Amino acid sequence: MSARDDVFANIRRSLGVTGKEATRRGIVAARLQEPSRGPIPARGQGSPAAKMATFITEAQRVSATVVVLEHAAAVPAEVARYLRESNLPLQVRIGADVRLTQLDWHGAGMTTLDGASAGADLSAVSHAFAGVAETGSLIVLSGPDNPVTLNFLPDNHIIVLSAADLFGDLESVWAKLRRDLGKGVMPRTVNIITGPSRSADIEQTLLLGAHGPRRLHILITLD
Amino acid sequence: MSLHPTTPEFKQNAHVALHDAELQKALGHVQGGFIYKRQSAVDRLPEFEVLRDSARDLKDHVLAHLDLYLEMYEARVRASGGHIHFARNANEANKIIVDICKAHDAKTVTKGKSMVSEEIGLNDAIEAAGMKAVETDLGEYIIQLRHETPSHIIAPAVHLTKEQVEREFRREHTHLPKDRDLSQPVQLLTEARGVLREKFLAADVGITGANFLIAETGTSIIVTNEGNGDLTQSLPKVHVVIASIEKIVPTLEDASLLMRVLARSATGQDMSVYTTLSTGPRRAEDPDGPAHYHVVLVDNGRSSMLGGEFEDMLRCIRCGACMNHCPVYHAVGGHAYGWVYPGPMGAVLTPSLIGVDKGGHLPNASTFCGRCESVCPVKIPLPKLMRHWREREFERHLTPAVQRFGLGVWAYFARRPALYRPLTSLAMKALSLLAGEKGRFAKLPLASGWTQYRDLPAPSGQTFQSQWRARQKERSR
Amino acid sequence: MADGLPARPRVGLFATCLVDLFRPVIGFASAKLLEDAGCEVVVPPQTCCGQPAFNSGDRNTARDLALQVMDAFQGCDYIVAPSGSCGGMIAKHYPELFDEPQLANRARDFASRTHELISFLTDVLGVTAVDAQFDGRVTYHDSCSGLRELGVQKQPRRLLASVRGLELVEMAESDVCCGFGGTFAVKYGEISDAIVTKKTAHVEAAGAPVLLAGDLGCLMNMAGKLSRQGSRMDVRHVAEVLAGLTDEPPIGATREKRS
Repeated sequence: MSARDDVFANIRRSLGVTGKEATRRGIVAARLQEPSRGPIPARGQGSPAAKMATFITEAQRVSATVVVLEHAAAVPAEVARYLRESNLPLQVRIGADVRLTQLDWHGAGMTTLDGASAGADLSAVSHAFAGVAETGSLIVLSGPDNPVTLNFLPDNHIIVLSAADLFGDLESVWAKLRRDLGKGVMPRTVNIITGPSRSADIEQTLLLGAHGPRRLHILITLD
Repeated sequence: MSLHPTTPEFKQNAHVALHDAELQKALGHVQGGFIYKRQSAVDRLPEFEVLRDSARDLKDHVLAHLDLYLEMYEARVRASGGHIHFARNANEANKIIVDICKAHDAKTVTKGKSMVSEEIGLNDAIEAAGMKAVETDLGEYIIQLRHETPSHIIAPAVHLTKEQVEREFRREHTHLPKDRDLSQPVQLLTEARGVLREKFLAADVGITGANFLIAETGTSIIVTNEGNGDLTQSLPKVHVVIASIEKIVPTLEDASLLMRVLARSATGQDMSVYTTLSTGPRRAEDPDGPAHYHVVLVDNGRSSMLGGEFEDMLRCIRCGACMNHCPVYHAVGGHAYGWVYPGPMGAVLTPSLIGVDKGGHLPNASTFCGRCESVCPVKIPLPKLMRHWREREFERHLTPAVQRFGLGVWAYFARRPALYRPLTSLAMKALSLLAGEKGRFAKLPLASGWTQYRDLPAPSGQTFQSQWRARQKERSR
Repeated sequence: MADGLPARPRVGLFATCLVDLFRPVIGFASAKLLEDAGCEVVVPPQTCCGQPAFNSGDRNTARDLALQVMDAFQGCDYIVAPSGSCGGMIAKHYPELFDEPQLANRARDFASRTHELISFLTDVLGVTAVDAQFDGRVTYHDSCSGLRELGVQKQPRRLLASVRGLELVEMAESDVCCGFGGTFAVKYGEISDAIVTKKTAHVEAAGAPVLLAGDLGCLMNMAGKLSRQGSRMDVRHVAEVLAGLTDEPPIGATREKRS
């Protein structure tokens, strides 16, 4: 018997089932068809303004910085300001996301690089798929638009979030994911990012910038 | 199993640990590092208790339907272009992974933190096959340099002081100038980050564990703070996931529920920094990510725990809250437990996985204070499960002879009140007289297990029952 | 007194074997508190609740002793123990000992009528104050079984607040185990010692000359460690103070010469 069959046989023997029971199969099929939501904390809920306020509070609590911009067009200027203030070169790596590529980076004195990061970039800009107010988290999907290496290799990660994509909880993000991509369809990677990288492995002393970015700057665009 | 357990020598291990000054200093960080942070995170979330109940119910539901969810998961992994392998035991799992590495001509293999890989001794297997395995979690990296196993399931190097880490780095990182200051954790972190960055970029295969597997989508999830897991799984051309079979959850929503209790219970964070969902290999149009994706599902004794009195243990989501709150763990640290899983969860799981004849000390070395159960995010009745192990030992006559004899003598009299009362009455009078004015014993034959460490308060004299009866007689007169 | 109780509830006092053998004054203090609250107190012949057997994996002995206790306390409205540990054994674990439906039902009924002393006074009888005086500062340790199996935490503090002259000062980590754990204290003496050493440091640091708790096992462990360390701390069961029965020397303390 193959290892696989043996494992299944042993599970079924222990559970006292055959695996063919229609009731059990029905229960499992129903659960996968209609996902069941657990208790949703009240913290992330409320009006769009309340969600925005909670998101900012929670993101700052985990050491991210947040700026709200009236228009997406203001993103390059804000990125340039942030980099200048941090004494960083005015160069960022971005993916093929049109929400980023259509911006006038040059006009803000910036240069951009495209494609995946090989580890030499100081700064990168990604566009979030969604944000979660409850925990100040950002969801970034992998692919040509937002290469996954941009989330981890550069020291400074800047993520743009459209206010319309801010939700109260993760469950609402999954609903959007199923709407946008189709049920059961996933990109290679979904990153849920909550603050910059950190470690407390040495004497439980919390330090930012373990292996991933040392700093996370979030730009929320209102238009 | 390649990791040789020293669990039978638990008492001796504990003795050494209690006299290890550096270890005792390091263990002091558990309190401030975990307990207060967890409490404040819980205090900030009014729904926490309801979430614990839901998390328990979810895991119970999964275990009752584990075969079906596994089938579903397996199909989804294949559909997304991934490979899935089943391993009955440690040897099979190691062989599968080593073969994958060899097939891709791997020289360097990076690894994210994975307790099941510790359980099967994966690093040794990789090294034995002539490849270099590099742990990338900071704590894991440190203990790998020291050729140690983790002493905690989420803080592998919690048993070390920063001075010990500095000594280790100076020994291993030969490029380090002598005058480079490494006295602070931040300097140690910077040093490790630099060294490991090169390893990430050079690796041929990246191995991660999984906190959850999603049946709905064939997705594996890792939860980390450092980002090491993401660099491990995104840069090499091959990503291998190793996970035990009980990590399955039905849907994305179910994983979200468990995330809400996991980080709070573990580190007191509302959410860990990076929660990463991986499904299959990189898509044709993707500019990065691994070209190959393998999942190795390990049973290693778990399927036999289903449906039995230790099934509750399979709810465990490896947060470490039980050990963070355990007075015994605080006293002796994780290595004393002698195998991979320390603390209360280890006290239940270890005998299941290596046998109660070897792991029998662990479920006995508990005061049953119940603090572990009170913080467990999936409400595993840990003291009750430890008691079940004690019952198994008693039934199989594995309980130490002296203890069994003592219990037998005591039980004989406890079952016979008519004998017990006059006898204890006499004994207590005698003991009281023997203690005299002192009111306590510094030494007493047959009680040296007690008096070696503390005085034994002496009985007052007459027993309560005899005094009470005398008083009742007096009253009714 | 709270509603729904018999006019004068008949309470079987389960003294616990440690109180019976080592410190009868706790039994008398319990009886006084119960009688003052309007109960009729009876003390049926008793030995042990069976917990040592239960926790050593000897279920048969535990079952036998549970049956013995249930027989002995027949006819009591309530069963009350000055211990969260023994109280918890009966109230939480007796029902687990029996698979036979009839016995399991009996154990469940018995368990539902079993209480730890202090929480029985406050939660069942509705006692809010005691008539006692005790001058000085005390600190209080939460014994594990009472705290986590039976939820005994606020109740003793509430009643201690009503004692004239008494001031309660909290120690750090009052809810952390003292390292007793029954046979654990002997089987793993060295670890138990490390745990109780941390505990007595917190006890001493609280700055009160008196340590109180609700379980004699923990009290003997802490008192024994304190005296071994040369501490002058007085250690007593909380019921002694609440009942005003403090003539007896503290636990493990040197006795006055009886003339």
